[in-house]
Amino acid sequence: MMQYKALEISVGLFVSAAMAALFFLAMQVSNFNALQNTNSYTLTAHFDNVSGLKTKSLVSMAGVPIGRVTEISFDPENYDALVKMRIDARYNTIPSDTSASILTAGLLGEKYIGLTPGGLDEFLQEGDAIELTQSALVLEKLISQFLFQSASKD
Amino acid sequence: MKFFHSIGQISLQSLAKLGRSTLFLSAIINSLGYPLLRPKLLIRQIYSVGVLSFWLVAISGLFVGMVLGLQGVYTLSTFGAESSLGIMVAASLVRELGPVVSALLFAGRAGSALTAEIGLMKTTEQLSGMEMMAIDPLKYIIAPRFLAGFISLPLLAALFSAIGIWGGYIAGVELLNVDVGAYWSQMQSAIDFYDDIVNGIIKSIIFAWIITWIALFEGYDATPTSAGISRATTKTVVNSAFAILLFDFLLTALMFGTS
Repeated sequence: MMQYKALEISVGLFVSAAMAALFFLAMQVSNFNALQNTNSYTLTAHFDNVSGLKTKSLVSMAGVPIGRVTEISFDPENYDALVKMRIDARYNTIPSDTSASILTAGLLGEKYIGLTPGGLDEFLQEGDAIELTQSALVLEKLISQFLFQSASKD
Repeated sequence: MKFFHSIGQISLQSLAKLGRSTLFLSAIINSLGYPLLRPKLLIRQIYSVGVLSFWLVAISGLFVGMVLGLQGVYTLSTFGAESSLGIMVAASLVRELGPVVSALLFAGRAGSALTAEIGLMKTTEQLSGMEMMAIDPLKYIIAPRFLAGFISLPLLAALFSAIGIWGGYIAGVELLNVDVGAYWSQMQSAIDFYDDIVNGIIKSIIFAWIITWIALFEGYDATPTSAGISRATTKTVVNSAFAILLFDFLLTALMFGTS
């Protein structure tokens, strides 16, 4: 009987070690704890060009992640891109004249949306649209612009 | 003529085996309720299938993670991207190596033991003896082992991944001076709980089902001689390895193929 108890204890240790491993994977390795809560609100923004932006890309303000992109779709009426993003409900005092631009982390890094706060006293609510947007920087366009300018100077 | 005869024989035999194994599986599933009512049987099997595989899986996980860390730093430093080491180690472990390598180890360590045990029980007519005493060996012997494998392998795979990520930390951060903050924070921002970790667990549940099914069936279906048991044990390990790698490809294509 004593032997069976030792066996039960070892099984218990095994299962709890595995549960600890799962907990570690969820909390330390993945983004399970960050921005998973349902307390969030949705904002939309129209961009002329979103090249490189993906769903789940970060939305940040002053470099701090405050939300994620949830949906990117093509708007057939305006011929531009409609981006939906979910912002953590803690940050509910974003001025309504805030501007959004698509930025790149590092030279070749991932694209993210950077919000620059405006000065109005009204705040963005659930479903509101960010009016002022700046498109993604397309490297090829920039290079051709640079080449074209330097050629016309001569 | 002899050629066609042998082809026909082989295909009929393998079809018959497929049919027998499917009937066997449905019989196991029908009797799965029994070990839940008798948790003592189940715990004993979790011990022999899961707990005894723990050290093998833990040590392999540690070294696989450390190797990933070393190789990752050597390759990534060519691009000056050592800070992405955490993503590389964690994504490859959680998505692929954790479920697959722990399943291969599990097939070698626990699957072969299951086959040999059941095969020997059959050879020494313990299974028939139980039937004589009106004890259903499917309920009493097979079902607890099946359920134990089902419970143990996902736990072992989670342990493998967690210990491997820790091993990558030792090799990358402690030995080769990758930045600690970059290792963890890049990992957290890139690994998604549902897309990566839950899919890895689903993979290992499917592998557990394949391995225990193959192992128990090969033991139950073994020719009751000593040569038959040895052949069945070999078949378990070889067929499980094939099935794991094949299903891993299919599952990866299904889970990660579109994104």
